[in-house]
Amino acid sequence: MAALINVPAKARRGDIIEIRTLTSHIMETGFRHTADGALVPRDIITSFTCRYNGAEIFRADLFPAIAANPYLSFFTVAKESGKFEFAWIGDNGYTSTASAPITVE
Amino acid sequence: MTTRPVTRRNAVLGITAAAAVLARPSILRAQSTARVVVVGGGFGGATCARALKRAQADLQVILIEPNAVFTSCPFSNEVIAGLRDIEVQQFGYDGLAAGGVTVIGQAVTTIEPQRRSVMTTEGVALPYDRLVLSPGIDFHFEALPGYDEAASDKMPHAWKAGTQTLLLRKQLEAMADGGVVAIAIPANPSRCPPAPYERASLIAHYLKTRKPRSKVLILDAKDSFSQQRLFERAWKELYGDMIERVALSQGGRVTSVDASTGTIITEFGNYTPDVANVIPAQRAGHIAEIAGATDATGWCPIDPVTFESKLTPNIHVIGDACLGGGIPKSASAAGAQGKACASAIVNLIAGRAPETPRLTGICYNTVAPGYGFSLAGNYQPRGDIFAEVEGGATSPVDAPRELRAREAAEAERWFQTITADTFG
Repeated sequence: MAALINVPAKARRGDIIEIRTLTSHIMETGFRHTADGALVPRDIITSFTCRYNGAEIFRADLFPAIAANPYLSFFTVAKESGKFEFAWIGDNGYTSTASAPITVE
Repeated sequence: MTTRPVTRRNAVLGITAAAAVLARPSILRAQSTARVVVVGGGFGGATCARALKRAQADLQVILIEPNAVFTSCPFSNEVIAGLRDIEVQQFGYDGLAAGGVTVIGQAVTTIEPQRRSVMTTEGVALPYDRLVLSPGIDFHFEALPGYDEAASDKMPHAWKAGTQTLLLRKQLEAMADGGVVAIAIPANPSRCPPAPYERASLIAHYLKTRKPRSKVLILDAKDSFSQQRLFERAWKELYGDMIERVALSQGGRVTSVDASTGTIITEFGNYTPDVANVIPAQRAGHIAEIAGATDATGWCPIDPVTFESKLTPNIHVIGDACLGGGIPKSASAAGAQGKACASAIVNLIAGRAPETPRLTGICYNTVAPGYGFSLAGNYQPRGDIFAEVEGGATSPVDAPRELRAREAAEAERWFQTITADTFG
């Protein structure tokens, strides 16, 4: 499943807006063993970034303690119409991106 | 379907007689036998009151319950789906009165734990030696912006059986073929955790037989749920893709509603279904809060051996309202707790040590007529809560339809048994 994004479609200039993201990922810690004792290799998202018209406005580093399907919610100020771009990077070359437009009046 | 008669007759008569006696509480107080007041006449409270009287005939047992008729939540999903009349779900308190329980048809307004006294709406003061609260659930409206009592007239919760049950049924009947019925499900702890999924199943049955182009949309604040594999197997088998579920990790958690437009808002989207069944988060019934028995969770912490509140002495809390740990908030569990609590109270009053309860809870789910499955669990105190212990069983995921049919019939017998056990 692709990532879920919730960005308000419209906002007034200067409004504080909430952005929500949720991406499906198992977030395997790397600490678990199978029934026959083999280590289950770590497989997590390690980094998340959000850019607003190219400028980074939010970044998070994720660690093994973060639960599956990481849900991140944060706030920013609506400055101008444009685009939010989201990127998740993780183990085993994992990358996922998404974007959402906003109209600022 | 059963044709059991309604047993609400003469309920008022018993109440009037009781109130006449209780108008002079000072006289009752002078009597030497111990008095236990039970507040709430559902599966927990009614069972407890009867068990108290059975265990010790000279005990004064008073049940305070404002409704003359109790409407059972178990099997009310069948009423919603048009498979059952609501009258079959209704029970009066004649059986309790006949067994020596004094039934007072009023609500409780205040509880004074220090004076060990309960006040009712009509100003009757009832002193007690032990108080049992079985208030069931109330809704945590603040947790769901836009939803309140008024909104529930448009977007019924149907999570307390009665008029809400019938309202949801009426909305389904009025819906055109091709419509969408949404069911918003809260996170646990919640009354009867598998019941929303049973409801989705039975609504799908109604739609399949009457309005086959329609859909059921589950918006869920949980990722996994009780007996999930059994439900999902049954849905595939019986309803194909009629039931769509948006789980928590797919953005299914409902954050607010707008009753004026019939909109359900989740973390990642808006839905405007034709019928919206919105089940809000819950907490212990209001009476528990009045008694000072609820903590920050909104539920009641108890000593699982005696069901006595951890927060206020001589008050016991049973049923959905208590923080039971592994034991689900079900009719079956409430009945088992009612009996165990009665036994503990009889021992405490006699100055004996209470026995450690071993409770059994069983939960039947009917996903279509003649298609049922079940979960049975055993629970024992561990620390501050109940923990599930060995001996439980869930129906197999791979099973012939004969077994499902047998379990559906067992479910009906279970209902007959528990309601007879509770209400006489």
